[in-house]
Amino acid sequence: MAAIQPRITVEYRNEATIIAFTDERILEDTDVRALREAVEAVVEQAPRIHLVLDFRHVRFLSSAVLGLLIRISKRVYEQEGELRLCNIHPGIYEVFKITRLTNVFGIYEDVESAAQSFSARQ
Amino acid sequence: MAAEMPVRCSVIVESRPSALGPSCREILAALEAKGFTPDDIFAVHLALEEAFLNAVKHGNRMDPTKKVVIDYTVDQEKIEICMTDEGPGFDPRRIPDPRVGENLYRPEGRGLLLIRAYMHNVEYSERGNSLRMVRCKSQPVPKG
Repeated sequence: MAAIQPRITVEYRNEATIIAFTDERILEDTDVRALREAVEAVVEQAPRIHLVLDFRHVRFLSSAVLGLLIRISKRVYEQEGELRLCNIHPGIYEVFKITRLTNVFGIYEDVESAAQSFSARQ
Repeated sequence: MAAEMPVRCSVIVESRPSALGPSCREILAALEAKGFTPDDIFAVHLALEEAFLNAVKHGNRMDPTKKVVIDYTVDQEKIEICMTDEGPGFDPRRIPDPRVGENLYRPEGRGLLLIRAYMHNVEYSERGNSLRMVRCKSQPVPKG
């Protein structure tokens, strides 16, 4: 497991890449930009990535993070990859529900179920 | 007795996204001291952050010479926050619904929706540069 500037950790499990956000609060533009750069660096190196974003540590986020997820999602799909989210705290899940992003992202209870949800690669 | 006295404060904050921190912590501490629930505190925190970012980015357009004024009152029943920027104002009715159609895939435009979802009363001044928002204290969930 590699730690990148304590913002994310990256773990590889079978064919899935698991990125966990390590900050408890993700608020400021600088945090969001740093996260975007860190995640996109991983995505750029892996066309057709099966990416799981793990929110287990996150207890608070702003709408800027939702924008970040939309951007990451676009980049992943441009590269013919797939994206899943997991371990979202109930308070934050409510934010996804209010904004109807539950219709946009595949959200799973934990890393295992998220990783198992990917379609088999040809 | 002192705990029952309303907390009233007015602060002037610089137009930097990170400048809200100290005032935000004071407001959230006042909520905790008045017995607001964690859900209330989460809601007010989120609304504060979103409102401040809107004021700084869209209102003051990150102009360092402009300020954001935050007036707040916390009592035993509710918190009322008034946030005013020095921008030209806007018409909130013209903000598109981020939950509809292509807007759902736009990376921005969800702040006002979240403020309205988490605060019980939200209104803008006629000019549109001053936001007043209120959240009433929730009843704590009984344990067991």
